[in-house]
Amino acid sequence: MKNDRKRTFLLITIPILALFICFNTIPLIRGVYYSFTNFKGFGSYDNVGIRNYLDLFTDARVGKSYLFTIKLAVAATILTNVVSLILALALNSKIRAKSFFRGAYFLPNILGALVVGYIFNYFFTYILPAMMKMVGVEAGSILSKPSTAWIGIVIVCAWQAIAMNTIIYISGLQTVPEDVYEAGGLDGATGWKRFRYLTFPLIIPFFSINMVLSVKNFLMVFDQIMALTKGGPAQSTESISYLIYNNGMAGGQFGFQSANAVLFFIVIVCISVAQLKFSSSKEEQL
Amino acid sequence: MMTKTKEKANWPVMIFLILGLSTIVFPLYMTVVIAFKQPSEMTNSISGILSLPASWSLANFKEAMRVTDFWRSLGNSLLITVITVVLSVVLHSLMGYALGRNKAKNKFYNFVYLFIVSGMFVPFAILMMPLAKQTAEMGLGNWVGVILLYVVFYMPMNIMLYSGYLVNIPVALEEAARVDGATTWTTYWKIIFPIMKPMHATVAVLTALAVWNDVMTPLVIMAGTAQNTLPLAQLNFQSQFGTNYNLAFASYLLALIPLLIFYLVCQKQILNGVVNGAVK
Repeated sequence: MKNDRKRTFLLITIPILALFICFNTIPLIRGVYYSFTNFKGFGSYDNVGIRNYLDLFTDARVGKSYLFTIKLAVAATILTNVVSLILALALNSKIRAKSFFRGAYFLPNILGALVVGYIFNYFFTYILPAMMKMVGVEAGSILSKPSTAWIGIVIVCAWQAIAMNTIIYISGLQTVPEDVYEAGGLDGATGWKRFRYLTFPLIIPFFSINMVLSVKNFLMVFDQIMALTKGGPAQSTESISYLIYNNGMAGGQFGFQSANAVLFFIVIVCISVAQLKFSSSKEEQL
Repeated sequence: MMTKTKEKANWPVMIFLILGLSTIVFPLYMTVVIAFKQPSEMTNSISGILSLPASWSLANFKEAMRVTDFWRSLGNSLLITVITVVLSVVLHSLMGYALGRNKAKNKFYNFVYLFIVSGMFVPFAILMMPLAKQTAEMGLGNWVGVILLYVVFYMPMNIMLYSGYLVNIPVALEEAARVDGATTWTTYWKIIFPIMKPMHATVAVLTALAVWNDVMTPLVIMAGTAQNTLPLAQLNFQSQFGTNYNLAFASYLLALIPLLIFYLVCQKQILNGVVNGAVK
């Protein structure tokens, strides 16, 4: 009987593990291997050692894509979390038709990012300039200028992410017992003070979930870039994923972009580990 | 909607929420009116673009369906999503069970668990190029390959969810069945699998939404097949719309409608699924 249990567990684990290794571990190893070659995606190639990695740090386009992606992730994370917290507080207060509002505010999250991007592309190109004109500001599309195109991408990313983060904050707010507020009220904690010293500390675990989710998703941004700018104007909105896809798959830089992808992987792991360390230390203090 | 007590509603907050809703309603309204209009109705002024269409004709939709091969793309999307969800629920729950039950006392299972879960940190960007090559070599540069990849990509997250859920299911249940002579395999299907139903719902919702909306995987893997998923069709036919935005928007709306219906029907399950997936 004991053997049956052992055998069953092994028979489940081995094939599924094999599938995982085949489509996750092996391509990962191959990706690392290609990063040390000058492979173009086809034909023969040579081993070039760490030259790709050295080139990464002097390649202006790669540097620009990292700066852009980090700027986008930071701006979108701040915007998303500030708006989400306000919305969650509003949606958790004494209002009518609560489930309707919650349902409606979650809607953007289920829509496909690519199609949402196309819709906003039209909005930024035609509607917004026309609206600006009505209030007397003559301006073109924000997507057509290198200095402002990133703002459009931040807005579209946030539009969808806010829906997700709000729901998570709401479930956090629901874990705060009512008597905490009652006790706090006696001590004169109202308004901002109540939020700062009572509510927020109690929902910190949910704040960390949202931080980890937002940063990771925004760093990997791809669909929105594809739909809004295709990396332009003047390569000002090339995210790391977009650059790897664009130059690696079609641009003949398979080896070089593999090195870029390995670097990107390391960056993601470092940020995730740092965030988890930071948030677990915060939670312990509570 | 249940109101336990007749508390006074906070009207300033409600007004704020109603105004805020316009940021969600406006893009959707814009999509609907442009999708129904004819190009001649699109005057340069904003009121021309945003006014209601002269007639609610379905001509744009018919044309968009033809241009983007809508039914075939929809069929591909449905096929890929349904098979991925079924495989995920079956395989990931089995794996979550095998690992969850053994990882505390067995080093091998604990290692496999950590090995797979750490796959969560691997960005698609690094796998993309080798996978495009590998699937092509294996003859899997098609929807079958895409499904296999999804089953692998969502494995870390789903296994974590399942084995986390199993902690709350007492082993005593299985032992009782074993005393009655049932094998581990039948015990799993008769007792454990049905008990994990709430987690199946969460996994199904999260996997379905992620797969349905994903662009990158089919873009990279199915590039050579002339087959599209619904989002991929939008990308590939974007240039054919040219400046006929009415046609483009009809196509966008067509791509959004299946999700909107899904959301209207299963809103509660979707909200629960998403929250469970993130918080657990």
